[in-house]
Amino acid sequence: MPLSTIFLVFSRLALMGFGGVMPFAYRALVEQHKWLTAEEFAKYLATSQMLPGPTICNVALMVGNRYAGTSGALAALAGMIAGPFMVVIALGVVYQRFGEIDMFRHAIRGMAAVAAGLILATAVKMARSMFAKADWRANRPRLQVALLALAFIGLGLLQWQLALVFCVLAPLGTAATYLVGEEK
Amino acid sequence: MNEQSPVMELSLHIALMSLMAVGGGVVLLGPQVGHYVVEGKQWLNNEQFSAAYAIAQAAPGPNLLFISLVGWLIAGWMGAVFTTLAVLVPSTLLTLTAIRLQARHAGGRLTQALGDAFAPISIGFLAATAWLFTRISNVSWHADALTVLAALVLLRTKINPVLLIAAGALAGALGLI
Repeated sequence: MPLSTIFLVFSRLALMGFGGVMPFAYRALVEQHKWLTAEEFAKYLATSQMLPGPTICNVALMVGNRYAGTSGALAALAGMIAGPFMVVIALGVVYQRFGEIDMFRHAIRGMAAVAAGLILATAVKMARSMFAKADWRANRPRLQVALLALAFIGLGLLQWQLALVFCVLAPLGTAATYLVGEEK
Repeated sequence: MNEQSPVMELSLHIALMSLMAVGGGVVLLGPQVGHYVVEGKQWLNNEQFSAAYAIAQAAPGPNLLFISLVGWLIAGWMGAVFTTLAVLVPSTLLTLTAIRLQARHAGGRLTQALGDAFAPISIGFLAATAWLFTRISNVSWHADALTVLAALVLLRTKINPVLLIAAGALAGALGLI
């Protein structure tokens, strides 16, 4: 795949990604271009979260790498960053001039509320596609529901450090799914 | 010279921190960078830092760009470019290495188990992030209602999310949120 295509697809999805690129990345990579299946997207996302640094940029590196090697990875990352970088700096200039105006501040508030809704919708979509064909008599999907719930409770409700929740759930969850894997 | 030293200091600090932010990306870096530039070094005041974070959240693109904006507010273009590279370069090198290693071990039962476990954990984290995001930025039940409404509309229609964001900005500007 040409590097320019990769750069442009990631530029476009990044520039549309108000309040977080994840929902837009899902839309572009899974629904529009079909570069990944929904399950592959969830796995790339999960692998990215194992690694330090910005999650969505790690996803971009993996997708770019899959379609055009290391230079594809860098093209995807450059696309992800270059355009939004200029937009954010421009908004910084605007903020310094107009940041005191109430209407400006309130508009940002409304955008942030919708942005949280986009993240929520993405989580629901990913869960729906992961469990779409689940056989609830088997142990694996039940285990996965438990892991999902524990991840939400630990990070969201108890507000534990992400690193802590991750370091507990990831090894335990992997050990459990490894053992359950024998059933198939 | 005076211009240069805070840029290098901040960039090195961010590069080190970025390697510790395992499991959640740059969201973890927010409080730590804020503590460093506001209380530690007093390069920015609290309001400037909060605004940088809010603007980057509302702007398109990865959330890590709040770091670019912090760098820009402290030291202009130099600050923006170097802090951005500081957060990207270490994790990019690590990820590219991890891709090589993973390719060699792909397909095994352990890889399958990793995928089966990590996918639901990441979905749980994503839902928790949405939840935490509403706790941080939603100041009224109107805002919470807007969050839920936006999620429902997105799940039930094929509307372009950018239009929803624009509607949110309008509702905010009209004083409804």
